Amino acid sequence: MRNAAEMRMADSPQKARWRRVTEQRMNTRLYLAKLIDVLLPVLAMVIALVVGVLLLFLLGTDPIEAYSALIQGALGNISGITQTLTKATPLLLVGLGICIAFRGGVINIGGEGQIVVGALAATAFGVGFRDLPALVLLPLTLISGAAAGLIWGGIPGLLKARLGVNEILTTVMMNQIALRLMNFLLRGPMLDPEHVAAGTSIPQSAALPESIWLPRLVPRTLFHSGAILAVLLALAVYFLLWRTTIGYRIRAVGLNPHASRYAGIPVAKYVTLSLALSGMLCGLAGAVEVLGVHHRMLEGLSGGYGFSGIVAALFGKLHPLGAIPASALFGALLVGADKMQRAVQVPSALAIALQGLVVLFVVSSDLYVRRRTRRRVGDDGPAGPPAAEGNTRESIAEV
Amino acid sequence: MLDELFTISTLVGILHSCVRLATPYLFAALGETFGQRSGVLNLGVDGIMLMGAFFAFYAVFEGHNLWVGVLVAIAIGVLMGLLKAFVSVTMQSLQGISGIGLYLFGLGLSSLLFKTLIGSVEGVSGFRQLAIPLLSDIPGLGHILFNHNALVYLAYLMVPLSWFVINRTTLGLKIRAVGHNPEAADTLGVSVNGVRYATLMIGGALAAVAGASLSIGLQNVFQENMTNGLGFIAVALVYFGSWRTVGVLGGSLLFSLVNALQLWVQALDIPVPSEVAVMMPYIMTIVVLAFTARQIQKPAALARSYERGE
Repeated sequence: MRNAAEMRMADSPQKARWRRVTEQRMNTRLYLAKLIDVLLPVLAMVIALVVGVLLLFLLGTDPIEAYSALIQGALGNISGITQTLTKATPLLLVGLGICIAFRGGVINIGGEGQIVVGALAATAFGVGFRDLPALVLLPLTLISGAAAGLIWGGIPGLLKARLGVNEILTTVMMNQIALRLMNFLLRGPMLDPEHVAAGTSIPQSAALPESIWLPRLVPRTLFHSGAILAVLLALAVYFLLWRTTIGYRIRAVGLNPHASRYAGIPVAKYVTLSLALSGMLCGLAGAVEVLGVHHRMLEGLSGGYGFSGIVAALFGKLHPLGAIPASALFGALLVGADKMQRAVQVPSALAIALQGLVVLFVVSSDLYVRRRTRRRVGDDGPAGPPAAEGNTRESIAEV
Repeated sequence: MLDELFTISTLVGILHSCVRLATPYLFAALGETFGQRSGVLNLGVDGIMLMGAFFAFYAVFEGHNLWVGVLVAIAIGVLMGLLKAFVSVTMQSLQGISGIGLYLFGLGLSSLLFKTLIGSVEGVSGFRQLAIPLLSDIPGLGHILFNHNALVYLAYLMVPLSWFVINRTTLGLKIRAVGHNPEAADTLGVSVNGVRYATLMIGGALAAVAGASLSIGLQNVFQENMTNGLGFIAVALVYFGSWRTVGVLGGSLLFSLVNALQLWVQALDIPVPSEVAVMMPYIMTIVVLAFTARQIQKPAALARSYERGE
């Protein structure tokens, strides 16, 4: 295409002015449209909070008191802020995994299970090879967590790519299998020998050697250096998706598997890869939780991050960099809700209901984005999530 | 030790539990079948179940009749179905993800309501066993099949009823048409969105009754997240049963049989690693799906939003 400036020179003065004005108008429209894209999730959050006010009001509690306790708890002091960031860390890692899956046109509901197997594998490795030097043991522990997640996500990926099995169902099943596996391991093979000796029956593993605990970023808090790792990985995922051939192909398959196949992209391979990478990041989230927060494997470690991570990823417009502020926001919501429960006795479950509403509003607002995108043919800017789910996902199964 | 499991009375007990425990799976999966046959994947079944379980329990807890509890659950289920329909039919959102939203909403709201309105774990007296005269006197079989509470019978009645509605009525024809080829159905004057709203409301009502069957029929308590992912299994059972009601029945019985076995193994204190055993139905479901995914014909428009062309 010819350069716009070149074209302008060739035009008569009148035509050039007309062109300039049109260009300006289009730029303004584009800019506004992009602004709205960014603001839509925020709007969804606001509506969810308003519905929350109504709910609290109906339940006879003071919404203002509850919300101020929530905000105060999450952001009011150093302890709140560090807790928020500590919770945001696994949310970001899971959210990044969800971004990759979505961009690749697959849905990963298996975050919970992938976190669990990641945490189990990391713990087993860290405890089992505790005599290795920390410099070797720490990365290997993280890698074993990531590898377990990779396998747990890769199996549904392979089944989808090769046999056309719906990945939503398999990831759900893999969640249940992972939970059963955890129950079994924590009550048998991985049960802390000290606990057995002491006669207590708390189902948890032995502690990891202190030398590989992730260093604290703020002393006397839980805030650990896993957060830095997560942010670096967000940059890496951005680079992967938008600056490498692999990422380009993942996104191409997500947008249109048929066209990708005609373009010579091995669709099956990239479907498997998206789910495997997605699982890998979730598995890593589990390993980081173990190494950074709990220092051992225990029940309830996944803490719903597998689902909250989906919410954070959607909120961040399925963009790895958008997931950073989004996971901080939902980390704050979770921490604030816990504090609110303690301070004013409003159940923290409110946060889960609000997350559900945010998802419902965000996915509903996509209709608006899609309709506009269709009108505005020719704009090649990032147009939100991959087109209609049905078109992409279901047809991948047929390819 | 193991032979304790194979005495006649234990076997009868296990099969009785199996028939009983299939109830929530049946209600939820049959409801989901309606939605999927019309082309909508509702992944929020678990959230609807929790809401139904809570409201049925709350009504009974406040001293109302058990059937009032069921009706309240149905009303809540219809409302949740409407919400899902609005988001995924009218707003044409990604069906898988909007289901997750509905699940989180139901999970959070039911816990919030439970903690605010009830507070601690309390029991109610739920549906009682209703032995069917004569039939329940058949040795063995009578106890297994005809000695259950009303909701259990109702769940099994829903199997032929759903089959009849889907395969032998005008509504069923419309549902199948909309799920298979919405464009053609629309051309023939069938309201695609209308049918999908209807199936999602039916599905919501049945999912809520599934929840109620737990809270006022089988367990007679309400706890946070008491379904424990059962609703997600129900969605998978529809695929497992290849969108046929008989298949759904088979899948439900398989899952409930394993649950029943686990229950009895624990009760008899038999040293079998039951966690490993309970993985089996999930692994089997994956294997079955892997073998059948290419062969079964699923509703062609499943999980696909419909928008009229201009």
